[in-house]
Amino acid sequence: MSEKSNLLPSGLERIESLQMRGIVKRFPGVLASDHVDFDVKAGEIHALLGENGAGKSTLMKILYGLYQPDEGEIILNGRPITINSPTDSLEYGIGMIHQHFMLVDNITVAENVALGMKSSRGFRLDLDVVSARIEELAEKYGLQVNPRAIISKLAVGQRQRVEIVKALYRGAALLVLDEPTAVLTPQEVDDVFVIFRQMAADGHALIFISHKLDEIFALTDRVSVLRDGRMVGTVNTADVTKADLANMMVGREVLLERVRPPSQLGDVRLKMDQVNVVNDDGQRTLKDFSLEVHSGEIVGVAGISGNGQRSLARTIAGLRAVESGKIWLDGRDVTGLSPAEMFNSGLSYIPEERMHDGVVKDFSVAENMILQDYIRAPFSKGIFLDFKTIEQHAGQLISDFRVKTPSQETPAKNLSGGNIQKLILARELAREPRFLIAAQPTRGVDIGATEYIHNQLLQQRANGLATLLISEDLDEVKALSDRIVVLFGGEIMGIVNSDEVTTEELGLMMAGERRMEMPQATA
Amino acid sequence: MNRRWSDRLIDNLLYPLAAVLLAFLFGAVILLLQGVNPLEAYSSMVTGAFGSKNGLADTLVKAVPLMLVGLGIAIAFRGGVINIGAEGQLIVGALFTTWIGVQLGEQLPGAIAIILGLVGGALAGGVWGGISGYLKAKMDVNEILSTVMLNAIAIQIAFLLLRGPMIDPAELAAGTNIPHSARLPKTTDMPRFTDLAQMLGITGGADEVGIGGYLGEIYNVLVQPSRLHSGFIFAVIMAILVYIFLWRTTIGYRIRAVGLNRHASRYAGMNVPRTIVLSMTLSGMFAGLAGAVEILGLHHRMFEPTAVSAGYGFTGIVVALFGKLHPLGIIPSSILFGGLLVGGDKMQRAMQVPQVLTVAIVGLIILFVVSTDYLVRRRQNRRLSAEPDSLTTPDEPASPSITSAEVSA
Repeated sequence: MSEKSNLLPSGLERIESLQMRGIVKRFPGVLASDHVDFDVKAGEIHALLGENGAGKSTLMKILYGLYQPDEGEIILNGRPITINSPTDSLEYGIGMIHQHFMLVDNITVAENVALGMKSSRGFRLDLDVVSARIEELAEKYGLQVNPRAIISKLAVGQRQRVEIVKALYRGAALLVLDEPTAVLTPQEVDDVFVIFRQMAADGHALIFISHKLDEIFALTDRVSVLRDGRMVGTVNTADVTKADLANMMVGREVLLERVRPPSQLGDVRLKMDQVNVVNDDGQRTLKDFSLEVHSGEIVGVAGISGNGQRSLARTIAGLRAVESGKIWLDGRDVTGLSPAEMFNSGLSYIPEERMHDGVVKDFSVAENMILQDYIRAPFSKGIFLDFKTIEQHAGQLISDFRVKTPSQETPAKNLSGGNIQKLILARELAREPRFLIAAQPTRGVDIGATEYIHNQLLQQRANGLATLLISEDLDEVKALSDRIVVLFGGEIMGIVNSDEVTTEELGLMMAGERRMEMPQATA
Repeated sequence: MNRRWSDRLIDNLLYPLAAVLLAFLFGAVILLLQGVNPLEAYSSMVTGAFGSKNGLADTLVKAVPLMLVGLGIAIAFRGGVINIGAEGQLIVGALFTTWIGVQLGEQLPGAIAIILGLVGGALAGGVWGGISGYLKAKMDVNEILSTVMLNAIAIQIAFLLLRGPMIDPAELAAGTNIPHSARLPKTTDMPRFTDLAQMLGITGGADEVGIGGYLGEIYNVLVQPSRLHSGFIFAVIMAILVYIFLWRTTIGYRIRAVGLNRHASRYAGMNVPRTIVLSMTLSGMFAGLAGAVEILGLHHRMFEPTAVSAGYGFTGIVVALFGKLHPLGIIPSSILFGGLLVGGDKMQRAMQVPQVLTVAIVGLIILFVVSTDYLVRRRQNRRLSAEPDSLTTPDEPASPSITSAEVSA
């Protein structure tokens, strides 16, 4: 591991430098990359920052061989190269860790790593060789990965390490990390950052893609900011502030801090008492869940993905049956009502999978605006739809909620993620709900749209709406919520006041290692 | 849609026509291998189907069941279910219409009996389709399997009835026992075009008018005696009604929403299972209507079920797809395929080629149409292309790898 050696601890050749020069990529009607220059060096963690559609993924797809640039060149260690496919890119030592893990759940770590690779023994499996090498790599980088463990038994953070091992095993000297912290607890984030720093110190080059400015400051050496397909600039992380980066990214002043005025608590809107829910596989996804949400309050739900949040939202919405316990909305027992009845009772719901559950992609924006209320006046007269009203309604919401769309006839699938989310937000808030479930309202949404959505939620709070905010983004939960419910394994680990709890405490609760109670807010 | 009309013209007209032409081109190769002059063969096909009064009448007569079945198929597709059971639904419809006609035709005024027959046929077909819809909605039984099975059951029931309770008493008396029903009373015959013309006081015909007398022939189809019956008008009206139903009513909206995205529809509070049953029932109703119209307008008695359905239940699927699953597109599409059936027949007789050749050419058309559909979609995607947000596909539901427990929660 001497300084002079051009080998990495894994025995690979290092990538001293990789430059992308004057990269241009055109799609019909879109200039996705407009003469972008980008470079990364061995031993460096380089953040790539930009809003959705700014061209980050285009650039990385070019690096990974999925796209060919129309102009420009890629220079590896001073030599121009062409990357025609992901296989090529691996050969050059470029690996990628995807945000959503590419692992087969019911086989072992070693089998996952060996998947798709040639065995050293021809037609016979060489899992023992693979395992030995995994152990070797794991030890060098402090990854603590057991090659014989079954993936489905591993925690999310461990699975990510398997992805890292997989990339290293295949010879990655340069790693592209696509929002690697999106699914981790704060503690897991700290752990994986240690690993990333170690890898950089050993001479790997890392490209770190993230929306989270805190993480960029905690981890990276340099930041490159993309906007509208152009490189706004590359700066040393130490030389800038968060506000600088946000401005570079959006091109205007962005308020990162959310102003949450003191809450004006009203009557209890949603009450859940000892609710138990069992999913189709017979697993208990909510255990004795009790909660009250008041008018004028946002209650955040924190937890690692898959700890009952989805079940909670779906249960309140009437999409999943309650096994035992009761739910009241506005003092009325709504246990066991259908989704349609819940909507009529004053519920609005922003589902977490917006493309899947929130919109009909092939319906126009206008059609999507009436997904629940198509059957009611003023949108229908008898059995006929009233297109005049539907168009007026859509036009109104598009302008009120600043949904960017070519027209209201445009199919929803042609809108950006942020604008689809604005469409759903507009639809749900226009229904003047008594209670709102907002599940992952800003996941994958750019900073500008996030700011807008947050402000809307706070505005509604001021107007007396009761909101249940389910999010995997702890900063979002902390910024918007008055109180936070922490879920672990479907159980409440604690209901805490968001201004009094630390991120560390939340992290421990999310990991199921600690329970906390704080006095409940009272009306 | 904010698409330019030229784009729509290319997508909806030029591409399908190009597909048909290519199919004929490949068909020509097959014909050449058979030692037949393709130009002669095709010209006998086209003139057979469209070139004469009787050919044209036959084409339109065959277009009627194709159009009605096609409408039903389109409703099912729009609702996100696939109906392969139109054959069976058509047979059941035809059977029930026959039963109504034979039992009540004498007692009732003709118009009432016809309406009753149409309603009865639609109901029977609807029940037959609804069974598959119900099985799918309640027990998640694959509708392709159940509709195909119900085809077989419908055929056997038809034989059972036609050999037993519904057999023509004349057959019993003569001892020939051919399994067909009695003829429906003449009063239940749907009027032919020539009858309608007479009602309007139009008689006679035109000779040698227009392009080589062709316009005259078209006129003659409408007024002179032929097999063409008012079922054609009925089917066209139905196509317009289905269009209004699917795009202008709340139920149509719900069917399309469920068909395009079941999850979002459920999240929006729609009753997805009920909508599936409804789509399948409506789909079956139109196939049943096709059976009813075949009986009342053309055959006037029920006989060998597969000869009555004549494969319309399957060809109707192609008609619907060729018509882009659009009720108004299905009108020309059904006429084209009616023409292919008639013209193929004529070509076979004129050129002494095996009839399977027509089937092969129809198959080629399907193949090319489906392929051009891919091209059309690619063109549209190019026009609309926007850069995806993330390195993974944005359309995929996020984080499937986390835990399978929550996914089903």
